[in-house]
Amino acid sequence: MTSSYDRALTVFSPDGHLFQVEYALEAVRKGTCAVGVRGQDCVVLGVEKKSVLKLQDPRTVRKIVMLDDHICMAFAGLSADARVLVNKARIECQSYRLSVEDPVTVEYITRYIAGVQQKYTQSGGVRPFGISTLIIGFDPHDKTPKLYQTDPSGIYSAWKANAIGRSSKTVREFLEKNHKDDLSKEESIKLTVKSLLEVVQTGAKNIEITIMSAGNIIENLKVDEVDKIVKEIEEEKKEADKKKKPGTGASIQ
Amino acid sequence: MDAYVNAFRTTLPTWFDENGIAGGSFGLEAAEEFAMPAFDVPACNNPVGFLKTITDESSEGYRIKIQHGTTTLAFSFKDGVIVAVDSRATAGGYIASQTVKKVIEINPYLLGTMAGGAADCQYWERDLGRRCRLYELKNKELISVAAASKLLANMVYPYKGMGLSMGTMITGWDKTGPNLFYVDSDGSRLKSNLFSVGSGSTFAYGVLDPGYDYELDVNAAIDLGRRSIYHATYRDAGSGGSVNVYHVKEGGWEFISCDDTSIPDLHICILPFKVYLDQSAPQLASCHKFELSLSIKELLRGRHAKQLILAAWPSLYQIVQGF
Repeated sequence: MTSSYDRALTVFSPDGHLFQVEYALEAVRKGTCAVGVRGQDCVVLGVEKKSVLKLQDPRTVRKIVMLDDHICMAFAGLSADARVLVNKARIECQSYRLSVEDPVTVEYITRYIAGVQQKYTQSGGVRPFGISTLIIGFDPHDKTPKLYQTDPSGIYSAWKANAIGRSSKTVREFLEKNHKDDLSKEESIKLTVKSLLEVVQTGAKNIEITIMSAGNIIENLKVDEVDKIVKEIEEEKKEADKKKKPGTGASIQ
Repeated sequence: MDAYVNAFRTTLPTWFDENGIAGGSFGLEAAEEFAMPAFDVPACNNPVGFLKTITDESSEGYRIKIQHGTTTLAFSFKDGVIVAVDSRATAGGYIASQTVKKVIEINPYLLGTMAGGAADCQYWERDLGRRCRLYELKNKELISVAAASKLLANMVYPYKGMGLSMGTMITGWDKTGPNLFYVDSDGSRLKSNLFSVGSGSTFAYGVLDPGYDYELDVNAAIDLGRRSIYHATYRDAGSGGSVNVYHVKEGGWEFISCDDTSIPDLHICILPFKVYLDQSAPQLASCHKFELSLSIKELLRGRHAKQLILAAWPSLYQIVQGF
């Protein structure tokens, strides 16, 4: 029954589904994981890097991109679709700067990207973008960090912490359990790495972290810095496990 | 008239491409959102040429006479922006009206002035008000004066050379403070502290420039604006009627006064000088409540008020010397 309604994008199924959009979401679920965590004065993006093939130049495979000086984006899904969408967003950022003499707000550019994604769910002869995005940044003259997510259907919303891509459900549940309001910078970074470690088994070399603080300060953590954090997390885990094990000391008499 | 237009008519120009998805609007959303409304231009090969012949006074086919005479001014100072305008509309030598509203209230915190063609200014500034409101609704925050003036400049630029006549000042108080921009139908958009626009602007500058100081207090600034327009109406035939003064403050604009220029009260400027004494000799001001009048020649520089007072009233010198 589903097969007859999933060919064309512009056809609703009898129970109200747009199957092409839902299949696009499936494509997103196959992509590598990306996590965003909003702290008190910074916002952190972490992505799972696919293992670079031997002959491939790792610098040309980037999953975290800048949309403007103050806005950063990570995506999950089809990389080629992401490239097109990022280009459109970058043009929009500059066009807005020209018309309004002010940089875009994070909400504006998210709304634009979501609008483009929605446009492609309501036209003939096209397919939806197969990506979800996490957009982070600060509004001009503002110190509150922002994190937004869009998906192929064109929905967007603001989040305190979110994950997209592979195993995003597990990671999101982990974030729900462990996220607190007003995290410091170190805590946000640690939470991002911890949540990514749920998905990434191979450790620090497959994790990329970007931190954005007020005043357009952007840090991309190097592999050894990420490694250090991973080791810290593993140490803490060992300590926690030791405490949980039945103690060799106290015995109940 | 048809024969005249047909002389220029060949094919309709296409001003906008179809927004096909496959062709891609390529991120021009902001440009579209901030773009001009689709508007009818003469359906001919060269609408600019056609309109120029009709509206340019020096050409043979001159048909549409735009009303130009006016004086408007605006200046920003520490407490906001003062906007002062006259209210006369002329058509050649005929005074069409003495009660024209030349300050257009775009919204409760943005003002625009009208100089040049009345219809052009009113229409475009009302449309600007519509676009500003849409911006507010979409972005949940007030539009900045820079953005509003840019919207207006971009709206009229496509009609450059087609006979629009509009010299307007857009002013308001946004999150960067008081702002003042000059926008005209030639496509200029300038930012400054002080502008005067219209046929009487040179006369207004003559009074405004010597009296202007960023540190003026509100009443002195209002008076300066009012006097400058008055003196422009005194000498310029295209300006007259009454002087309307507005003050743009942090929470929005406020209408101050409407004074008839045929009453020569404004010719002689009387300014309470208590404020200057307060700044230069606070002890003196607290024990003696002075109110001094000085003629306009002596008001040239507010900063030198203390020296001027001392020169004009030597008896004060003894008292003030101690401070």
